[in-house]
Order: sequence, then structure tokens, then C-alpha cells
Amino acid sequence: MTGPSTGPSTGPSTGRGAGLRARLVVTRPSFALDITLEVAAGEVVALLGPNGAGKTTALRALAGLTPLSAGGTITLDELPLHPLPAERRPIGMVFQNYLLFPHLSALDNVAFGPRCQGASKAEARRTAADLLRRVGLAEQASARPGRLSGGQAQRVALARALAVRPRLLLLDEPLAALDAHTRLEIRSHLRRHLAGFDGATVLVTHDPLDAMVLADRLVVVEHGSVVQQGGPAEVARRPRTDYVARLVGLNLFRGVADGHRVEVGELTFSTSERPAGAVFVAFSPAAVALYRSRPDGSPRNLWRARIDGIERHGDNVRVHLAGPIAAFADITPAALADLDLAPGQEIWASVKATETHAYPA
Amino acid sequence: MTTSPATERGGVTGRAPWPLVVPALLGLAFLVLPLAGLLVRAPWSTLPRRLAEPQVLEALRLSLVTASLATAVCLLLGVPLAWLLARASFPGRRLVRALVTVPLVLPPVVGGVALLLVLGRRGLLGQWLESTFGITLPFTTAGVVVAEAFVAMPFLVISVEGALRAADPRYEEAAATLGASRWTAFRRVTLPLVMPGVIAGAVLCWARALGEFGATITFAGNFPGTTQTMPLAVYLALETEPEAAIVLSLVLLAVSVVILASLRDRWTSSP
Repeated sequence: MTGPSTGPSTGPSTGRGAGLRARLVVTRPSFALDITLEVAAGEVVALLGPNGAGKTTALRALAGLTPLSAGGTITLDELPLHPLPAERRPIGMVFQNYLLFPHLSALDNVAFGPRCQGASKAEARRTAADLLRRVGLAEQASARPGRLSGGQAQRVALARALAVRPRLLLLDEPLAALDAHTRLEIRSHLRRHLAGFDGATVLVTHDPLDAMVLADRLVVVEHGSVVQQGGPAEVARRPRTDYVARLVGLNLFRGVADGHRVEVGELTFSTSERPAGAVFVAFSPAAVALYRSRPDGSPRNLWRARIDGIERHGDNVRVHLAGPIAAFADITPAALADLDLAPGQEIWASVKATETHAYPA
Repeated sequence: MTTSPATERGGVTGRAPWPLVVPALLGLAFLVLPLAGLLVRAPWSTLPRRLAEPQVLEALRLSLVTASLATAVCLLLGVPLAWLLARASFPGRRLVRALVTVPLVLPPVVGGVALLLVLGRRGLLGQWLESTFGITLPFTTAGVVVAEAFVAMPFLVISVEGALRAADPRYEEAAATLGASRWTAFRRVTLPLVMPGVIAGAVLCWARALGEFGATITFAGNFPGTTQTMPLAVYLALETEPEAAIVLSLVLLAVSVVILASLRDRWTSSP
């Protein structure tokens, strides 16, 4: 339903070099951002990271709202973007709180960009009406932003950003301001529209689910640097920092591998893979089994742990384990009752070798 | 006056202490009684005839025209000045803001003297204006506008600057990402957003210009038909014909009440 109607693109939307290549350097007294970003035309890349990691600064630098420091460059479809001020960059941006102009109707909000680009009033309004129809808001065209629901405002903001026919679409926490129910609906709506957009898209989020659903590739930013990037499945399966591991719900440790054996601190893990040298070891909290007394048959990957805390986790119970390694174990409420666990208690924990993944660090 | 803020805010209830109530009532009487006196002593029977007198109408017309022109001048110069103070960063901005507010606290007569020294026939700029363009400002209607604008502009600048500071600058960023130059963003986004502040400032500015006395009489003199505005006419009439002064005062009072009513929501309901 979207597709070619994004408008006749003037830039080289296909062919080599189309898309975004940027080295974003922003140096401030208390903060330094230095990341390299490559996004092909038609690709959606999510910048994922904790608050204060520099994601929004990176997005603002791409938009021209935050100046780059020395060494920073931005190239879009092989043309240098960084010398241009924000208003001359072929970008569309959806802000976190949308920032729809409160004194203009939804239609005039969307028509604002085309008007600035020199379209006549009638022409700009035609473009805007067309876009509003595509995001399913034809009936709200004359409504002021104050009368729109959160989900509707988000769609108007998207239409407004697309109305300037950008070659680079920037989305800052596009779903953060929505309630859980609307979020679900708008997420799939946004996904459809991003799939139909033929330029490069950079999306900033701290929500791993938004990132996994909307993006073709994740770039994880922590403390102003890229710490990991790859496809959503790859990042989810092989986290490389504690932050990513927590996001995707895995226990993560650094170790040194030798054959099937990996030394993690004073413990030795057996894994299914055979990497060598410095490795990450990851396993799911659900793969951890807990015992009150040392189990018979000496299973591998067994360690003595102390219970640090117990909390609900969805339908299960998450047990925080301290000891030689800090790990989480997810067990059923029935298992919790059977084992009669309490914080401070000493127990045995184990994880099967087949559930333990090791990969080069 | 009719709505009780105490009940709305749900504060401490009970009797108000007399050390606060007595001075408060005295203060209220002090503010209201002179106005009541004006109404009591007004020559109501001859009012219509006196209002229709040519000198009164002439002074009223001159006051309305000059106050409106002065407000237009203030809008033209003051809104950009407020924008500069609120949005641009340049060295000495604090000093500039202080300078802008000087006419607010300066005795208007001093303002008039200062204007004479700069724009008078022998003034620093006035000499040049006369020799180059043949323009003389003192003791002309244009001089009245200059004097009123000088005294009233700070009201507008402060009001608009406050509105600009309260307005979210991210709207301007959003406009920039949509291809708007800073001028377009100001014209199509910022100005509409701060319009209530601009209107309030303009009304305040107009009211101040309408009541201007000291700077006007010093810089522009007191010539009926050219520079004699309502306040000047009131002052002059008080010496010769006190009843006429009361009538003129009533007209100015009526204008003030109308202004207050138009700004009711903005000024009188604020905490």
C-alpha cells in the first residue's frame, strides 16, 4: 500500500554508495560521542542504548541540530551533509514528543515542509492530504494537535517528516510517549511505513522490542561509543555487554576458552561450541537449575551460590544469585515452593553444556 | 474579587489575623477611594455636552492616534529586540537587557530631557536629522510618538521576551528539520506561539503610551491639536476649569477599565 508512492526520488536511491555514511563526533566537557554509522538506502538501523549513552545526540548531529566536532563527517547518497545547516538537509525527523505545531491543523502541520520547500499552498495541502490519507488520518486533517490522541499525533508526525521527501528519516524514541496498547498498534503501523520508505532510516530507542521489530540492524551505543552491532537475532543471541545481555535477558560472562572448557573466574564451564582464547559465555536464566543439596551424578557447570533476591518475572520467579559469578535463574513458582528458597540461603546451581553458548570476545 | 482564591487553593482555613486584615482593607480603600471620588464629583448632568467639546475630542483623537502609532513603533522594534534577548547569545546580553528596562524606572521627565539632548534641534542626532532630511521632532506630533514609544517600549519587550523564553525552542528545531529558515521559523511558528504574549505586551504598551505625561510635555510641549494629549489636557484644565479636568479624567479611567477587562484572564487571575 505504500511503496512507490513515497514520491519520485531525485537522488540516486539505488546503486553503490546510496545511503548514509557518517562519523559522528561530538565532544563536550562532560561527554564524548564518537560513532561510525552506515545505513544503506531502504535500510532501518536502530541506535539502541541506555539513557545518556549519546543516541539522541547522534540523531541531532545527523539532523544538523547539534554541531559536529572536528573529525565528524556525514555523507548522504555520496553528497556531504555536514556543511549544510539543518534546514538545507534532505532529512525528515520525528521528535520524541512529536512537536506538532499547536497553532496549525494536522493538515497544515504536514503541509509545512512542502511549503518551506517552495510548493504553492494548494500543492502543499494536496501532498499533505495524500499523506494523511496514507497514515489513515484523512478525517483528522482539520484537527489541531491538542485534539489528537497520542497514536494519531505520532502518525501526523510521521506524515509531516515524510512530506519533505527526505533521503534520511530520523526517529527519536518514536513510541516512547505511547501507552502500552497504542504502542502495539503504532509499532506495526510504523513498521509498514518504514518498509515502504526507500531512503535510509535511523531510529533511536531504549526499548529492545521496538528495536527488534522495527530495525534491520541494531547499533548498540554505550558511553558515546558503539559496543555492538548486527542483526536483531545475532545481537539477541550473542550479547557483548552487560547492558545488551540484560536487554535480551541473558546471563553473560567473560572467560578464556580451551576446547570445550571455558574458565570464567574460578569456575570452569563446558559449552557446546569450541572457541579458543577470550570468549563470552551466555546462557538463559531459564536454563539454570537450582538444588538444595549437591546433585548426584556430578553434572557439569555446577557452582555454589547464595540467593541475593527473589522477584516475580512474568509468570515465573527470577532468583538473583551471588557467589563466584552473579547470575539470574528463572524457575517456576512451583519449583520455588518445592525448594523452599529464601534470600541469604546457600544453594547449588547448574546449567547444561548444551544451553551454554560461547563465542569470541 | 467575587471568586475566593482561598477556597480554590484549599489552604489553611479560619479567621484571617487582624494585623493582616486591617492594613489590607486600608490599602484597598487607598486604591479605590480616589477613583470613587472621581465618579462622585463628576458633573454628570453636563457630561455629554462637555465630552462633545472640540478641545476634548481633539485631545482624545490625538491621544488615541499617538498611542497607537507609538505601539506600532514598539511592535516593529520591540519584538525583534525581545527575540534577540531571548534567543541569540552575544557578549553583554545582560547589560543590554538592563539598558532596555531603564526607561521603566527612569522618571519620564528625565526621559524627555534625554530625548531633547539627542533628538532636539541642537541634539546629537537631531542636528543631523534636520540638516540631512529636514526632520524636526521636538514639539511635533511625531515627537509625541517618539516620547511615548521611549517610555512604553520596555513593557512590550519584557512581555514578549517572557513569552519567548516560555515557548519551547524545540518547535523552531522541528521547523528547521522541515526546511524552514530561522526567519520562516520565527514568522510561521514562534510568532504565532507567542502571540498571546505579544498582544498582552502591546495592550500594556498602548495603555502606558496613552497615559504618558512627563516625557511628552518635556520633549513635545503642550500645543493643542499638535502635542496636547489627554493627560496634558487634564493637567492644564485642572488649573483653569476643574470640572473639565474631571471629565477628561473619567474618559481616561474608562479606557483603563476597558484595557483591564480585556486583559482580565492574563493579569488578574494569575497567582
